[in-house]
Amino acid sequence: MRIALFATCIVDAMYPRTAQATVSILERLGHEVVFPSGQACCGQMHVNSGYLKEAVPVVANHVHAFDTKDYDVAVAPSGSCVASVKHQHPMVARSCGDTALEARAAAVGARTYELSELLVDVLGVTDAGAQLGSYFPHRVTYHPSCHGMRLLRLGDRQARLLRSVHGIELAELPEADQCCGFGGTFSMKNADVSSAMLEDKTANIRSTGAALCTGGDASCLMHIGGGLSRQGSDVTTLHLAEILASTAEAPASVTGEIRVATGKATR
Amino acid sequence: MSTFLGMPSLPVFGTGNLHAAESFPTAAHRELGNAQLRANLGHATHTIRDKRLQVVSELPDWEQLRDAGSAIKESVMARLPELLEQFEQNFTARGGVIHWARDAGEANDIVAGLIRDTGETEVVKVKSMATQEIGLNEYLEEQGITAFETDLAELIVQLDHDKPSHILVPAIHKNRTEIRDIFLREMPGADPALTDNPAVLAMAARAHLRRKFLTAKVAVSGANFALADSGTLAVVESEGNGRMCLTLPETLITVMGVEKLLPTWQDLEVFMQLLPRSSTGERMNPYTSLWTGVTDGDGPRNVHLVLLDNGRSAALADEMGRSALHCIRCSACMNVCPVYERTGGHAYGSTYPGPIGAILSPLLTGIESEENSSLPYASSLCGACYDACPVKINIPDILVHLRSVDVDSKRGKKKLPSQMDVGMKAASWALSSGKRLGLVEKGLPLGRLAAGPDHKITKLPGIAAGWTQSRDIPAPPQKSFRDWWAKEHHGPETGGTNAPARGTARADAHLNAQDKEDGA
Ligand code: SF4
Repeated sequence: MRIALFATCIVDAMYPRTAQATVSILERLGHEVVFPSGQACCGQMHVNSGYLKEAVPVVANHVHAFDTKDYDVAVAPSGSCVASVKHQHPMVARSCGDTALEARAAAVGARTYELSELLVDVLGVTDAGAQLGSYFPHRVTYHPSCHGMRLLRLGDRQARLLRSVHGIELAELPEADQCCGFGGTFSMKNADVSSAMLEDKTANIRSTGAALCTGGDASCLMHIGGGLSRQGSDVTTLHLAEILASTAEAPASVTGEIRVATGKATR
Repeated sequence: MSTFLGMPSLPVFGTGNLHAAESFPTAAHRELGNAQLRANLGHATHTIRDKRLQVVSELPDWEQLRDAGSAIKESVMARLPELLEQFEQNFTARGGVIHWARDAGEANDIVAGLIRDTGETEVVKVKSMATQEIGLNEYLEEQGITAFETDLAELIVQLDHDKPSHILVPAIHKNRTEIRDIFLREMPGADPALTDNPAVLAMAARAHLRRKFLTAKVAVSGANFALADSGTLAVVESEGNGRMCLTLPETLITVMGVEKLLPTWQDLEVFMQLLPRSSTGERMNPYTSLWTGVTDGDGPRNVHLVLLDNGRSAALADEMGRSALHCIRCSACMNVCPVYERTGGHAYGSTYPGPIGAILSPLLTGIESEENSSLPYASSLCGACYDACPVKINIPDILVHLRSVDVDSKRGKKKLPSQMDVGMKAASWALSSGKRLGLVEKGLPLGRLAAGPDHKITKLPGIAAGWTQSRDIPAPPQKSFRDWWAKEHHGPETGGTNAPARGTARADAHLNAQDKEDGA
């Protein structure tokens, strides 16, 4: 299968290893990964902040970058960005009266998947340890992000994949379904409430005794990780893709520099 | 008094207790400082939401019930003028009197006038959101009329000269020790040996209320539903105090928002399943009172209904926002909302707090109202409210819609664009082309420099300061994924500006202009 990677702006600029890990996983499964170079961002930040007019060019750019016949399915290691592509893009196009763009956006959305959704539903990955060689010998807790859980209905796909990683010890996160308080510009506009939500999330994470917290959204993990770091905690965050990509030969480490088997490039 | 004849040409925005006096972030900051409030709220909302989940999971057809509730409400909104006329005919034919009120002021005048006509100066009240909304108690007090709340929680709030902070559990922010202290201080004839045992407190309130029920000649209520095909009103409650008010006095005055209508008696079936489970987490509420006009020898002799617009027509005119009028005031959304759980209801400034308040208040008052325009931002858009809502109001989508109405209403009005305006414009430029984002990413090493030796950014200026008040930002990487892909992966590229043009004229024109700007 030819799979187009949507790296998302935060991953592209701040967490390239998450995207590298995604490439690695897909290539290990024998698929070809392409990177539409015109891509930039899903525009979610603009839409959610009410700047619909400013969201139009961002959405148009994404639709243009992914509206090609050059791939079978698109994937992003981010539930909220996939939810935006699927649910918000047609709405933004409609808001500026561009019905043609709306139709193209809907078509792009229809073949865009969140990583765990693609792995489980399309590529038939049920056992990451056996099928991907995933190995991660650490105590880990998992935060299911709101948009993956409620907009994409990912259910337990991410948790199932995690559980099948060799060596992993998965610690149940109390109040796991509670929002971490990020919410894009909400964390700046309503910084106090956001911080209060984050405080409870990090307290729950610390209570599990896990070395790190994982999840499917880089933005939530940046928020949670930023809070843990400010609290002086040793607990860190790591994207689910990096745990799945971690192998016995090239293990991702919990702290510091993270090595990832990067498919072609390192072979 | 005016007759409701469909959509007025100019929207009449709501007045009364719908306007926040300060912006949400300011009010939230203060409320967050109250640790007792947070503990009380956290405990109470968790208890109710666990109960709700439990009883909802018992119904195999819960999702279909939600769909049915949503569909019925949608059809009500589509034919509201017609249903109101049908209801008016039936209600009047059975001896009731209808009054129409455009806003809070008109509604208050009507109710005060009706009470004055009876010659009474005291009334008992059934818990009602509509009368909270119009500030009826305060208005009556100015007119020399005392209104006694009879719902236990409302009574507590009233005795304490406080405001409700939750639509179903108005005293949710108080614990039982506080309640005992309020009773001892404010309730005439309270036993000085009163304990904070809930049963003892309930008995004290009962004795107090009995005296009122047996003397009151006039009662004021709200209504949960109005059935157009029979002209019937319904009140759903847990304590039975409402029923005392609805049956004992001679005169009954009900104030109800026009959106509470249901087409037929049979539609009630759906809502009687949705409402109790969603609100109190009970399979069925203990008391449902229905009354249809005046019946000889039974119940009140004079039955009045004030039909309240107060911004509802304006909300109805908002295509995206109108489904907020589907709300049956169950409070499930606030019980699951992480923002409400931490700030409490007072932070929202309006009669309607929580997620529904964040959309309903600005819809009723118009977004132009400065403080209420901060309400749609009081959400992380986690979506828990939408999942919980028994009539499937898509609160997150309406929040986003109202944010865009707010942003647009401020465009061009301000002398200087806000930091957010400037940031969003700049980000829109950078994020609407892969090339531009690539260029911006060339600056990542600078970010690393700013982060210093501990690889953390701990202080940012301007609006981003909110982020760094409790969070660090990791040092950015040496290079972006995009760079890594181009230099090391050598994989095939595809799409984007290199792709054959298949786009719409508009998008392509936009992207071509962008390429030119980038010097492509
Ligand atoms: S919006 Fe929905 S969940 Fe919230 S109070 Fe209204 S009906 Fe209940």
